[in-house]
Formats: sequence, C-alpha cells, structure tokens
Amino acid sequence: MSQKEIAGVTIDFDESGYLSKFEDWSKEIATALAKENGIDELTLKHWEVIEYIQKEVQNGAALSIRKIGKSGVVDIKEFYNLFPDGPLKKATLISGVPKPSGCV
Amino acid sequence: MAESKEKIKKVSVICAKGSLEDVYAALVMTNGARMEGIEANIFFTFFGLDAITKKKMNKLHTATVGNPAMAMPGGLPFPTILGVLPGVEAGVSAMMRKGMDDLDIPPVEEFLDMINAAGGKIYGCKLAVDMFKLKREDMYDDMDSIITIGEFYEKAAGGQIIFT
Repeated sequence: MSQKEIAGVTIDFDESGYLSKFEDWSKEIATALAKENGIDELTLKHWEVIEYIQKEVQNGAALSIRKIGKSGVVDIKEFYNLFPDGPLKKATLISGVPKPSGCV
Repeated sequence: MAESKEKIKKVSVICAKGSLEDVYAALVMTNGARMEGIEANIFFTFFGLDAITKKKMNKLHTATVGNPAMAMPGGLPFPTILGVLPGVEAGVSAMMRKGMDDLDIPPVEEFLDMINAAGGKIYGCKLAVDMFKLKREDMYDDMDSIITIGEFYEKAAGGQIIFT
C-alpha cells in the first residue's frame, strides 16, 4: 500500500496502483487518474461506463470485457476505443474499484 | 527472478490443433494480449482451422482417448475404454463447454468476435486452407485474410511468436 497525492488530496493506493478504498473516489480523482493513463477527457460515454462498473462491483459481480460488451452501455469495440491499451484495467482503475482478476 | 519492466508490445499466436483445449489456449492468449493493450495476431493452420470453419467452430471436441490428463468428474481415473464408446467424447466435450460458459468463457465464435472487436487480427493459413479445400465462405466472416507463412512472418515482425 502506498499514499499518493492526486487531485489535491492524499489517498491510499494498493500495490497494483488501484484505490484502496472506494470511499476515497470522486469525479475529480477519476479525471486525474484518467489523465495519468492517457485519457485527456472523460466524455459522457466514459462516465456511463464508470457508473456501470461501480454499480456492478457494488452488487458483487465479477467484471469481464464480455460482460461489459453485453451491458447495453458500450459494445466491445467502443470500450477499447474509450479506454485504449487495456480497457478493463484502465476503466476499473478510473472507477475506483479493485483490479479485476479474470483472464477473459 | 524479477519481472522485467519492459512490456511485451506484440504477440502472434499460432493455433495448429483443433481440440477444444488447444483452440481455447490460443484464443485466451490472443484475447488476453489485447486486454493488456498488446498488439495481437492469431494464425490458424492445419486442424486449428476448425476453429474458424463455420460448420465446426462451435462443436470442437476434447480427446477422451490418448489424453492422459483425462479424469472423471471428481478426479477418479478415466478408463480409456470408456472414451471409445459412442457419444462419450461428445458428452465430455459438451460438459467442458458448459463448464467454460459458467466461467464466462465465450463459445469459440463469440470469442473470435471479441478478438476482432478488440482489434486483434485473425488469419487463416493458405497451405492448410488449400489442403482442406476450404472456401472463403466456409470460414469465419470476420477473418482478416488467408495468408502464406511468409506473410505471417511479415505480420509477426517485431513481436513474440507463440505456438500452441
């Protein structure tokens, strides 16, 4: 675990660089994390995906790209375009939820 | 040994066998690469072509004979003689497919769709396509192209090659 200052606040990150506590998450932190990961601006569609991911994780669901592709929020191609170079890893990081552990 | 900081940038997976487990190994590695932001190609050759042949792709089997890792559910040994009985291989294969579906692992065709949507490139081997007398329309619609081994090496240039 390590602490880092982001968007003006100091918060805890786990060893994978994900937020340790979801309670620390805010839209400002999401925007700053997105910038750090090469996404300059979070569009309406990004926020919809983030909201979906947060809701699923709160309901205890295991996330996968397949599942997000079937969510009705985005299809797989769009998901890769919104969060390039590792969409599931990036989207979960920005959403403030733990790193997903699936292989598919 | 410490993990290297240098990221793998590109992989090209060769799928040369047509059994359920061999095809899935290749699909998981190709899709997994795209999930990590790694450029990925998958090249199907010889019996691996079954995975991109429309009539066969969703009915792949696992071998119940000559497969030393084969076990009964629960782990008891699987007598080889059982494996030759009619319907056993189909039944075992259906069980495997069901087990994978429970783990959110998609059927072969949907897996190819995922790789395609993720920007992974899907190729068939010209030599094997000619040998099995397959036509383009017999094969997966979103396959990028049928290529020679020389073209495969051109596309794989600058990356890692994985043979399954």
